[in-house]
Amino acid sequence: MTINPEVNDINASYEYGWSNPEKYAVKAPKGLRRDVVEMISKAKDEPQWMLDFRLKALDIFNSKPMPEWGADLSGLNLDEIYYYIKPEGFNTRSWDDVPEDVKNTFERLGIPEAERAALAGVGAQYESEMVYHNLKEEWEKLGVVFLSIEDGLKEYPELFREHFATIVPPEDNKFAAINSAVWSGGSFVYVPKGVKVDIPLQTYFRINAESSGQFERTLIIIDEGAQAHYIEGCTAPSYSSDSFHSGVIEIVVKEGARFRYSTIQNWSHNVYNLVTQRAAVYGNGVMEWVDGNLGSKVTMKYPACYLLEDGARGEVLSIAMAGRGQHQDAGAKIVHFAPHTSGSIVSKSISKDSGRSSYRGLVKIYEGAKYAKTNVECDALLLDEEARTDTYPYIEVEEKTARVGHEATVSKINDDQIMYLQSRGLSKDQAAGLIVRGFIEPIAKELPLEYAVELNRLIELEMEGSVG
Amino acid sequence: MTQTEQPHQIEIRNLHASVGDLPILKGVDLIIPRGELHAVMGPNGNGKSTLAKVMVGDPEYTVTDGDILVDGVSILEMEPDERARMGLFLAFQYPVEIPGVTIANFLRLAMQARKEEGEEVSFTEFYGKLQSALKTLDWDESIVERYLNAGFSGGEKKRNEILQMLMLEPTYIIMDETDSGLDVDALKVVANGVNSMRGENLGGLIITHYQRLLDYIVPDRVHIIVDGKVVQSGGPELAKKLDSQGYDWVKELATA
Repeated sequence: MTINPEVNDINASYEYGWSNPEKYAVKAPKGLRRDVVEMISKAKDEPQWMLDFRLKALDIFNSKPMPEWGADLSGLNLDEIYYYIKPEGFNTRSWDDVPEDVKNTFERLGIPEAERAALAGVGAQYESEMVYHNLKEEWEKLGVVFLSIEDGLKEYPELFREHFATIVPPEDNKFAAINSAVWSGGSFVYVPKGVKVDIPLQTYFRINAESSGQFERTLIIIDEGAQAHYIEGCTAPSYSSDSFHSGVIEIVVKEGARFRYSTIQNWSHNVYNLVTQRAAVYGNGVMEWVDGNLGSKVTMKYPACYLLEDGARGEVLSIAMAGRGQHQDAGAKIVHFAPHTSGSIVSKSISKDSGRSSYRGLVKIYEGAKYAKTNVECDALLLDEEARTDTYPYIEVEEKTARVGHEATVSKINDDQIMYLQSRGLSKDQAAGLIVRGFIEPIAKELPLEYAVELNRLIELEMEGSVG
Repeated sequence: MTQTEQPHQIEIRNLHASVGDLPILKGVDLIIPRGELHAVMGPNGNGKSTLAKVMVGDPEYTVTDGDILVDGVSILEMEPDERARMGLFLAFQYPVEIPGVTIANFLRLAMQARKEEGEEVSFTEFYGKLQSALKTLDWDESIVERYLNAGFSGGEKKRNEILQMLMLEPTYIIMDETDSGLDVDALKVVANGVNSMRGENLGGLIITHYQRLLDYIVPDRVHIIVDGKVVQSGGPELAKKLDSQGYDWVKELATA
């Protein structure tokens, strides 16, 4: 257990802050350098086109300024980050082959147990590499592919290249460019036409080393009429220095397909979490992002749905909890390119102490996207006087027949509610916890039961003693 | 005194209470034995609801003098939830909305809060009680899947207060103008719920401005509060007198 006392103070309720001793096969030097990028590509034995792609992305990264419109990133020193750390032993299909302390880490996080109980497949990433990736046989037989991204590139080179970086090109933003240069780990998923994977696939991301970066890249293709649900979770040790997570998630939802991507992000409070998630949705397809941001120091994350063909639908359900020293700058993008496309954004945030949560969202409707409609609802709950919330809704409508609704509310837990619940025998903390749970219920009820329970439990932990 | 010698009653002694700097209760004395329901009547704005709120520990009110003893124990230093776990229950005049929390979930938590540590509310206990409470209130089971008071009509909110009362089985109830805004049918349902609990294990106060509710829940005693004090006490006939003669004569009592 390594917990820096200073960090522990701001992180008092964080229960995943322990770490393992550092034992690695490869640890690249600090900094985002050309030789590090080449080293990663070589370590992965990649085709030339991928190395070229990485190097071009590095140039794009160098040419883009740091964004100044979102959260404060001045504390993030990109020269002080380790961009590639390869653990000893990786990418096995059996937990028995995972090195002992890494395996213990995932045992402690409950991953193998959850896999046995309720999941179709599980991936586990430790530092820069997937250490475990397995899909249950019944799904493999139906042609479902669930691999580490590296194996996806090796085993399905054409399918991979057809879609890779088409939805999130390196030009998307500075952090997508970083990821494109140094990506490592993540999942490659393909669900064949008409196959309905009715229990979730899950990937768990764990950072262990101090001052390290994690840059997983996930590519998911849901073929026509298919269905699946993918869940990601993440934690890290609490260090006094900052760590950096910048994933890129690309999703293709083909005609009539349905896909849900759920995140329960619970990074320790020293992690900058700057993630790019985008989905392309084709005719009558449905994409749902369920995004829970509880941890991290700073999060900037705006899952997007590009509605490309008639009848496509995109939904984003987002919940953020910002405590002392945290800024959750989260939101969504829904872009309508085609007629009869529809979208929905529901964003709920809870802020306490000096925590700050911002909703930042874009709804864009291009001319010709006839009868497109999107509804946006953002509700913010402030638990005390110090907490802060902001809303930055951007709405651009070029189509006359389109409709966009926007509703925003800011509320506080009111004393009458606390008194009412207390008068029925609940303690003040229980009462506040129950009110907060009620506030997030519209999102919690969309999660599988065990994740809803976990979300509620994490929020209760954050809530302890927060109502005076 | 040992436990067995404690009087089973609520005793309110010379109770003074304020909101901010404004004194509202100016020396209330009342004894309500367990087994009896007493009506508290009086003109609006004279302290009836304040008395209810002070009894359950609403932090908006400050007790400046006097005491409240429940079964011989002073409760003034207790948090509202401790008082609730002692058996006190207030049916609110304006029940509060808690969006996202189902009645079923809330009732289970409230029942659980009354259990000893390590003891769980069993499904059979919960469901059995619920069935019988809903039957008494002539309410469909689907109601408990709705969010607590959210979007409820005035009548539904009051009925929900009685549902909670039936489920939590308090020893002392305080009904704060539960009759306000109810039509006759709803009034009968509410009264039916309260009457189903009446007996030697239930005491309490029924605060009301009107005689109407007392036609259905006949009180053992009636007290009249004017200007923060009990100015007269009597039997049920006192309520009838107020109904026929109005409040003017009691106001004179207060200034006399």
